[in-house]
Amino acid sequence: MRAVVRLFEPPRNDGGGDGLAHASPAAAFLDVRRRLARYAGAIPHSAKKAPVALPPLDSPQWQSPWRAFVWGLRSITQTILTIVLFVTYLGIGALAHDTHFSLLWALCSTLFVWAGPAQIILITTLGSGATIIQSAIAVTVSAIRLFPMVVSVLPLMRTPTTKRRELIFAAHLTAVTLWVECHRFLPQVPRERRIAFVHGLGCGLVSVCLVANTVGYFLAANLTQTLGAAILLLTPLSFLFSTARNSREVADVVALVLGIVLYPLAAKMNSGLDILVSGVVAGTIAYGVHWWREVRA
Amino acid sequence: MSFAQAIGDWHALAVLFVAGVVPNQIWRMLGLWFGGGIDEGSELLVWVRAVATAILAGVIAQIVVQPPGALASVPDVLRYGAVGAGLIAFLLARRSIFAGVVTGEVFMLAGKWWLG
Repeated sequence: MRAVVRLFEPPRNDGGGDGLAHASPAAAFLDVRRRLARYAGAIPHSAKKAPVALPPLDSPQWQSPWRAFVWGLRSITQTILTIVLFVTYLGIGALAHDTHFSLLWALCSTLFVWAGPAQIILITTLGSGATIIQSAIAVTVSAIRLFPMVVSVLPLMRTPTTKRRELIFAAHLTAVTLWVECHRFLPQVPRERRIAFVHGLGCGLVSVCLVANTVGYFLAANLTQTLGAAILLLTPLSFLFSTARNSREVADVVALVLGIVLYPLAAKMNSGLDILVSGVVAGTIAYGVHWWREVRA
Repeated sequence: MSFAQAIGDWHALAVLFVAGVVPNQIWRMLGLWFGGGIDEGSELLVWVRAVATAILAGVIAQIVVQPPGALASVPDVLRYGAVGAGLIAFLLARRSIFAGVVTGEVFMLAGKWWLG
């Protein structure tokens, strides 16, 4: 009888930064990582909690890793971010076409780079005549944000027996979208099936983006000039607004605004390092603003 | 488009690997190996993130200011106007990415149609 009563008790809150109940001290520890990633701008500040249609944790549906993979694959239909990704990669496909990259090149960049901002930076800098070294530096800097993301997301999938190499593919799939979705979906997936689930989710998202790239590439090749321009315009718009949405602190906003304003000035110097010059200057000023606020506080 | 055009040349793919794939995978694999020991409040991380944001902002500006391909056929005023209109919609709709993108696109297409 007592057991039945216990069933109806609300789940207890074991503490933790944002009021989430933790299954174990190890899970509570994750919140530190969560803060780190939030700090690194990886978590959008107003992620909505939508109900997720997955089988209960103890369901026999979870017994096979393949089933878990398929559930992950199907979960791409449960999120609005899939549409945002589709539109973004439609733009990337069109951009690749109009900067004279091949379709295979665009698909390979999605498959092996798997980070929208890095792909845009790569296409734009190479397309406007930057050297390989200059592009590589700009991409390397933009990719640093993947580091805290991977650090924070992998412990969600790890079990005491998980080997590091089993997490390599999950690490490769980690980018902003997967990152956000992992925090939403994984609490409803049994721990020992999470890697399979994430592989399914990641493969689903990559497939959507590959299709979007191909569609965007052919649209850019075949549409009238006006509609082609409309598809190219998707890229700056979607990146501008998604970055603005993820900007939590004043330093983020300053970096975004100054980065946009300073680029045309840096481009006038015609050094070939325009993006890096404006990026480092704007970013350092933004950091100065952050530092000054910290000191004053 | 021919098959050869779809494939492109191997040189471009090599550049993709060196300048695109390696710089990204380095950070992911570092995250995999050294997951445990980062200083959460590292000031370096704040600076790096600010520079990364500003670089992305610069690229956004570059696409609008020095547009590639078909986007170059859109007059300056319309491109800047589309971003401005999108930004206003984004802010009015409480930071809705969707509202911003749709408004920017509609502004550009309507302007193009109006200018003829």
